[in-house]
Amino acid sequence: MIAIIDYGMSNLRSVRHAFEYLGADARIIDSPAAIKNAAALVLPGDGAFGPAMENLRNCGWLEPLESAIRGGLPFLGICLGMQLLFETSDEMGAHRGLGILPGSVKRFPATAGKIPQIGWNQLNVRESSKFLAGIPDGAYTYFVHSYYCHPDDPTIVAATTDYGIRYASVAEQDNVWGAQFHPEKSGDTGLKMLMNFLAID
Amino acid sequence: MLAKRIIPCLDVKNGRVVKGINFVGLRDAGDPIEQGKWYAENGADEITFLDITASLESRGTLLRMVERVADTIFIPFTVGGGVRSADDFRDLLRAGADKASINTAAVDHPEIITECAEKFGSQCVVVAIDAKFESDGKFRVYTHGGRRPTARDAIAWAREVEHSGAGEILLTSIDRDGTHNGYHLELTRAIADAVNIPVIASGGAGELAHFYDALQIADAVLAASLFHDRVMSIHQVKDYLAQRSLPIRTRSPHPLGEG
Repeated sequence: MIAIIDYGMSNLRSVRHAFEYLGADARIIDSPAAIKNAAALVLPGDGAFGPAMENLRNCGWLEPLESAIRGGLPFLGICLGMQLLFETSDEMGAHRGLGILPGSVKRFPATAGKIPQIGWNQLNVRESSKFLAGIPDGAYTYFVHSYYCHPDDPTIVAATTDYGIRYASVAEQDNVWGAQFHPEKSGDTGLKMLMNFLAID
Repeated sequence: MLAKRIIPCLDVKNGRVVKGINFVGLRDAGDPIEQGKWYAENGADEITFLDITASLESRGTLLRMVERVADTIFIPFTVGGGVRSADDFRDLLRAGADKASINTAAVDHPEIITECAEKFGSQCVVVAIDAKFESDGKFRVYTHGGRRPTARDAIAWAREVEHSGAGEILLTSIDRDGTHNGYHLELTRAIADAVNIPVIASGGAGELAHFYDALQIADAVLAASLFHDRVMSIHQVKDYLAQRSLPIRTRSPHPLGEG
């Protein structure tokens, strides 16, 4: 069972539907106790970093989530869900993230372009990526965000995207995967990535 | 590079498409699911559904339609029409819309923009501005589907909606809408220069060059009858724009092998 974590920050319907379309048993879980039945975890999310961490904390997700991820359970963070993997964010104040991946989350510089970035942008794909297996370099995916991840360790960057600056749009470290864009809204390209996620073990 | 977006707009009434693709290939031309799916598979970067029903009783019908669309297509879609409150807005997002657009309610009660932006994030808050060139040389904001003039100047209003938290502006030229004479470039430039959020130009598309001209200024373009009546296809427009070196998400190989 693919468990999609409901912590009050996102419309989860599209994510669940995309997995179901691919034939997976995907369920939305709103209690940390349900993690034990999950074969993989998906953390979606739109909205602000601070309130998201607060919701995770208040609903008792932080420790179960961290121990499941560190224990090797396949994990996919989408959009804000990717950003939460990192240590800190400067979105409206300074916030601590889950700290699974070393690095920080920063706001696009005003010179990057219009903020938020909304629309289809391209991936500079690293060939060895498992999440991006079969995805051609230059493929377009759908982004909506004002902040981006800055991993300390460049070797976990599986794809970059250019928006005024070049930033990490996919992070990948062992069982932990993060996508800054929305695979569930990126047509066939995104569905292929979700298939790749279903195939890891 | 961030691509310029091409967005077809479908008018719906009581959960049925009343202005949409017009050809025999569709089993049920009134079915928003079939229409949405067709566009998603034929080059649309996003789809906008505009509810023109404007009655409270039909709200449930619209939400059920949004749910069905969300379960069918894997690209973003926006729903507009009849959003009177943050609760209406939330209902659309919960049903699966990626963004919702507000028009008349935003003009009457600008605080609704801030309320929605704070609750749901600016990224999903689209403010639709219908503007008309007036004899005093200014662009005036109209509401109620372009029928009712307001006291607002479109440029000042665009700045205000950005300041209030809107994530995007859907800008329709009432003068050009339905004319096929081209997007209103002067209006589009005036608004795009005034704000730092994406602007979607709407109203007037009639030939390929119109898209190019508008996208020199705007981030995205919306068109309806031109695509519905199959005067040209989205792929045709995109191929043309890509040839003229605009960043465009053109036809790509199908990674799922379905193509």
